[in-house]
Amino acid sequence: MVSTISRLPVLILLLVSMAAWAQTARQWLPLAKDGIHDPRNPALRLLQEPAAALSRLPADGAGNQVNWVHALERGVINPRTNILPETQVMVIDVDIYLNLRGGTPIVRFPHRAHTMWLDCTNCHQQLFASKAGANKLSMEAMLKGEQCGVCHGAVAFPLTECARCHNTPRNQPLPVGAIRGS
Amino acid sequence: MTSGLFKRRTLIGMGNGVKRSVVLALVGLTLLAAPAEAEYGDVVLNKLSEKNGVRPVVFPHWFHRVRFRCKVCHSELGFKMRAGANHVTMADITNGKFCGMCHNGQIAWGANQCDLCHSGKRGLKSGIYGGHQTSGPGQW
Repeated sequence: MVSTISRLPVLILLLVSMAAWAQTARQWLPLAKDGIHDPRNPALRLLQEPAAALSRLPADGAGNQVNWVHALERGVINPRTNILPETQVMVIDVDIYLNLRGGTPIVRFPHRAHTMWLDCTNCHQQLFASKAGANKLSMEAMLKGEQCGVCHGAVAFPLTECARCHNTPRNQPLPVGAIRGS
Repeated sequence: MTSGLFKRRTLIGMGNGVKRSVVLALVGLTLLAAPAEAEYGDVVLNKLSEKNGVRPVVFPHWFHRVRFRCKVCHSELGFKMRAGANHVTMADITNGKFCGMCHNGQIAWGANQCDLCHSGKRGLKSGIYGGHQTSGPGQW
């Protein structure tokens, strides 16, 4: 009898955890409960709720729970590329292979996915020199918010998603003509 | 005194097994009650807001990137890619700079709709919020 009673809270906890786990699949907190919006602001109800916008977009396990690159490539969203008519919109399709001498898998950096969103000047030349092999990359710097960590870990998928950058096996030859970075 | 009474009536009065389970359940519930979390990439701007008597600004990256590519704000509009690095005044905005490039009553609501942008809780520090899995790099 005593042992049944003593196990009861554990059982309840288990059930509650399972229910909570089932509920966490792609859920977004309402603005009024997100801890940064003032719930007493009468204008809050006029703002779009994250769930209303994000639930329609391709799923992801991290960040906003949205795969933003898929959303763009599949045409689910078509965000504006420029406001000023004279702005030159550049998209380039060149992959750079990085971390060639490291222990973790090689990094294939796709310029295309990045330039679909960003302008060349957002990374070049202040974060990275435009010369393959000229940049000394470090995970420590990234974890401190430098280099790739300016975006990855803040607005782009976080640094805990290792295999999304370290995506190329080391024991296979790189494609012919592959551009090798550091 | 109150805490002593509390202990006597609840934990100490119980058998060891029950005690352990209650503690386990309490710890579990604390873990379950996840803290309120902003959306990944939300930025709070409060360098000037509260000093001037208005709520801090909440800038939601997710909302804007559905509609604009990063390059629009971070290249054309001149926003530096570092939370806290941009000195944005209302004068700039009404002159069509920074947010004012769109928030002019034409592309998006105008600067007279204070509460729509100045919607943050008082006392929040400027910076990036909403680590869904990580809290973002340390320097943010």
